[in-house]
Order: sequence, then structure tokens, then C-alpha cells
Amino acid sequence: MKARITITLKPGVLDPQGKAIEGALHALGFGGVEGVRQGKFIEVEVAESDPARAREEIERMCKQLLANTIIENYAYELEAA
Amino acid sequence: MKASVIVFPGSNCDRDAAVALQGAMTAMGDKGAAPTMVWHGDSELPDSDLILLPGGFSYGDYLRSGAMAAHSPIMREVVRRAKAGTPVLGICNGFQVLTEAGLLPGVLMRNATLRFICKDVLLRVERDDTPFTSHYKQDQVVRFPIAHKDGCYFADAGTLYLLENENRIAFRYCEADGAVTEAANPNGSSGNIAGIFNETGTVLGMMPHPERLIDPALSGTDGIHMFSSLVEALH
Repeated sequence: MKARITITLKPGVLDPQGKAIEGALHALGFGGVEGVRQGKFIEVEVAESDPARAREEIERMCKQLLANTIIENYAYELEAA
Repeated sequence: MKASVIVFPGSNCDRDAAVALQGAMTAMGDKGAAPTMVWHGDSELPDSDLILLPGGFSYGDYLRSGAMAAHSPIMREVVRRAKAGTPVLGICNGFQVLTEAGLLPGVLMRNATLRFICKDVLLRVERDDTPFTSHYKQDQVVRFPIAHKDGCYFADAGTLYLLENENRIAFRYCEADGAVTEAANPNGSSGNIAGIFNETGTVLGMMPHPERLIDPALSGTDGIHMFSSLVEALH
């Protein structure tokens, strides 16, 4: 199965990169833009074909390595590869 | 004293750290002693009175600084020894690895300026009653180099309260008179924190580089006292 994992900074965690992107968008004339936050997108293919077990595996990957849960949230979608 | 310096792919301060340690060992009369360099892929760690995680860019800082290194084979043993009380010093990338490995709380985020900063900074020594800092004086102002892009220390309010309350802050960025000001904070760290201890005071993580100022030829020796403190406490 394929997992599409999105990792985002928790609300309230300072995101200077998001702020810099927001500033650049303003400079390009996108004046109405606000609240820009930068995150990560990771695709993972797992051999596990049972969705419940695949979810459990992805959860552990996210908690152990892919996200730092002190500052980041994660979410994912699963689809048949 | 037996010391191990862990070498990750991308470490670049491992040799400087070993030279600093060896210099302190020699100065304290431990002639012929030298730290053992231990490759990250090893799973066995020699007998060590001190484990040092050096600065650098382990695994190219992929994913998050220190995240990959924290799961290197050798780190299982480092975590086990640290929890059993072996002193561990993490400098710069080593500090990032310690937080990612869960041996120290919080996280090192991108500098508030978004820039890589390489310069000398002033630090206030917050504690002189630890094996790492006994050759400094509390509230002494020292000059250490920093060289990092991900050095902005962040932790939730509860963790910061705990660190303050349990006297676990090792160094803070400060002015020449020791005042802790926003202007003296190079990277946006919470509470101007440059280094912290674990609950037992046996694990120290810090962004500045004491091993880079150990010789007058390098324009200063403020860093040498950390290594002499350690050698005296642990030999």
C-alpha cells in the first residue's frame, strides 16, 4: 500500500520559513496572503496489504522518525499501491 | 579517563573534540591517553567514562538535524549508557542528536534569522557544580564560537518551566556584562538557552563549540576548561 504523509508544524510553533515565504508572496503582489506555514510531504510504499496493519505501521514510522511530535503534527492517506 | 567520540557520516568536529579531550587528559597527567573514535554503524561501545557526540552535519541534516543519527546502531548503546549514568556531552549537531534521541527535552529549530550563523558569542555560565563546568564560575561570561543554522532552542512552556525550576540550563547567550537580552540572542532560542542538562545533570547538550577555543593560536582558550573539568571529574 502507498501512504501519503503530511507533516506540519503545530499551531503556535514559530515558522520563520513560512514567514519568509509569506513575505515573498506579498512582494510578488499576492497581498491577500496570510498564515503561510511550511511542512513536509513524504510518500512511503509498504508491503503490508491489510489497511489496519498498514496504518499501525505508518503511525509508528511517524512517531519514531518521520515527525518530531514536540513541534510537528502528522496526517496520512493510504491507498492501494 | 576513557572517552569515546562517536563519528557519524557528516560529523566534522569529531577530531577537534578528540584533540581537545586529549589535550586536557595530557595536561591533567593522563599521558598517552586518547579518546576512542567509534563509528556510528558499530553496535558495541568500549568502556567509557564519557561519551561525546560531536558537531557536524550527520546524514546531511536530512529530514531534521540529528533525526537520522539518533537512530544509528551505536545510539541504542549510547542511550542505554546515558540512562545508566555515563556522562554524555553533545556539541552542536550532538545536541540536536540528543534531543532527537529523547535524552534531552525540546528541539533545535531553524534559526529565527533563517541564516547560518558562524561567529563567536558570549555565554553566561549558569552552573559550576557539574562535571562539565566545575572549572568555570557561576555567572562567568565566556566566549565560544557558534556555527549552525538549526540552533533555535524550542520547548513547550511546561518543559521550559521545568528546566528553569530544576536549574537545568547550562549556558545562556548574554551581553558582556552577563545580561540576558534579546539583542544577545543569535538564533531566537527560548530564554536565550544555549545548553541544557538532563534530569540528573549527566547529559549536557549545547550549540556553542568549546572544542574550537582551546588554544591561544585560535584566539582564545575559554573552551579548554570544559574538557579539564570533565577530565578532573572522571579520571
